[in-house]
Amino acid sequence: MIRRVLQAVVVLVLVTMITYALLRMIPGNVAVAVMGPTAYRNPLAIAQFDRVYGFNKPWYYQYWLWLDHLLHGDLGYSWKLNQSVASLLSNHLPKTVFLVGASIILALIFAIPIGVLQAVRRNKAVDHFFNGFSTIFYAMPAFLLGILLILVFAIKFPIFPPEGPQGEGVAVLFTNFNALVLPIVSLTLITIALFSRYMRSSVLDNLTEDYVRTAKAKGASERRVLLRHVLRNSLIPIATLLGLLLPAVFAGALITESVFNYPGMGYLFYQSALNQDYPVLLGITVVVAVATVVGSLLADIAYAVLDPRVRYVSQ
Amino acid sequence: MSLGSLPPEPVPSTELGAVATGVATGVGTPDMAAAVASGMLPAGKPRSTFRRGLEVFMENKLAVTGVGIFVFMLLFCFLGPLIYHTNQITVDFAHEELPPSGAHLLGTDANGFDVLGRLMVAGQISLEVGIAAAVLATVVGVLWGAVAGYIGGFVDAFMMRIVDAMLSIPTLFLALVVVSMVTPSKPVLILVIALTSWLTTSRLVRGEALSLRTRDYVQAMKVMGGGNTRAVLRHIAPNAIGTIMVNATFQVADAIALIVALSYLGLGIRPPQQDWGGMLSDGVQYVYDGYWWLIIPAGFCIVIVIAAAIFIGEGLRDAVEVRLQRR
Repeated sequence: MIRRVLQAVVVLVLVTMITYALLRMIPGNVAVAVMGPTAYRNPLAIAQFDRVYGFNKPWYYQYWLWLDHLLHGDLGYSWKLNQSVASLLSNHLPKTVFLVGASIILALIFAIPIGVLQAVRRNKAVDHFFNGFSTIFYAMPAFLLGILLILVFAIKFPIFPPEGPQGEGVAVLFTNFNALVLPIVSLTLITIALFSRYMRSSVLDNLTEDYVRTAKAKGASERRVLLRHVLRNSLIPIATLLGLLLPAVFAGALITESVFNYPGMGYLFYQSALNQDYPVLLGITVVVAVATVVGSLLADIAYAVLDPRVRYVSQ
Repeated sequence: MSLGSLPPEPVPSTELGAVATGVATGVGTPDMAAAVASGMLPAGKPRSTFRRGLEVFMENKLAVTGVGIFVFMLLFCFLGPLIYHTNQITVDFAHEELPPSGAHLLGTDANGFDVLGRLMVAGQISLEVGIAAAVLATVVGVLWGAVAGYIGGFVDAFMMRIVDAMLSIPTLFLALVVVSMVTPSKPVLILVIALTSWLTTSRLVRGEALSLRTRDYVQAMKVMGGGNTRAVLRHIAPNAIGTIMVNATFQVADAIALIVALSYLGLGIRPPQQDWGGMLSDGVQYVYDGYWWLIIPAGFCIVIVIAAAIFIGEGLRDAVEVRLQRR
């Protein structure tokens, strides 16, 4: 377990290095980008800018400076929006967390029973139906699903607004609940498609295990075997899966947010990519990567806690 | 699922090899089967395992349908324009946003381009970029994973941590950052997508290399005096190639999804060129006008191509697993 934590730390350091390398790869001079093209006429001003922000130092020192700022919660400054990345995120991140969290919870509520049903009725009509369902939503790009939902439920039958809740602050999420429905449904459907396939194969694997035969031989009913033994063991990999699929869900959230103009972190990221607002792009990249690394670390720890076999081995 | 006239699943493996050879060449006789079974003829040559895999693949209706759809879409996009002549170069505002009719089977878009013809031209870009990026990603991933797996130790650990680090950044995010820095053209997009999606392949290949290297039959062959080259060429590569092929197929699906998403977001293929994602992002502007033909056909093409690639990948995986079981 200590080994796993160390690995995560190494990965985190590498993430910051990759992000910093990307930051360095950006063409152009930061001083000129901030002060405008006329700055070229005034080399003293550029030198002054470089001195103040440390751009005259060697790259490893700059990296260290950047890392030091990062560790103190300073994610950078968006000169385009004239706001610190941290304050931008404090407005946008909670909305994404809400969207992603709600979608994952809803997806689990649907995906687990669907996966179990598919595994138990393997190769029957129900299995094929949900297989088709999950393949379609897996193959369908998130933006297409969003567009189709808008087309049907906002334009053809105007039940829900086509846009996510607008405005500053987190409170707007709860005052305008109708506007949340389409973005959440959209991301949930995609997430169900991601999860239910794994759930199906996880249950299928467990159905062939020896303990299932033992339980049946002892006279346990089909239902009891399924709920008490198979389901409990099949749920364990879901913890790891959550960690593994977190990047995919974040990517889905980015697209969903940009389709529905949902002002979350993904929308901010997309707008920053269009405006070439690199401090914001890299600040968000670091945040997402750290969330993923920590998430998968927690998932592995949860796995060890939940699965007696893993705990036995590690002792 | 009914298997039709095909033989039922559980058949002893030696018989299967003979049946497969017989079916494929048409000269199989009971004598041959007996000869194989009694060990007079070499059983389980790579050729017949390949045929057995092919047979399993052909039994999978979805996979065969997937191949059909994929081939059809390739023909549709690359040969279609030769048969269905449309103007895709000069803007024609006199005929913009026409609904589907005899003259324009799927209507026209905001620039007066025929949508059906546009689908073909745009599909060329989506498919080219998707397939090329997947091939490149597979090459990079195989090299990275094989080197890490063979060298092992510290180098392996370090190389795989780099993979972990890049995997923790969603591919779409990474691609968006890089694409926002450069002017995207077709080769640049292929490179960006390949360089952000080789990671899963490298993990898989590393795992294969590590486990195949220590397999009993490889060890046994080495004891019998076989060299490293023989181990790699005769045993490790043929056995890993199945996994690589399966992964490459899924890579095609992912790469097409990524290029389409980038273009939809306006950071992929730039006008005047357009791919399916670009068609969708243009069509969405007219969503309130009810111009469904600007959205549904492009969306349909994207979904069936990606679904076809996934079906092929799953069929291949089943076929490869059968080969693995035979060992």
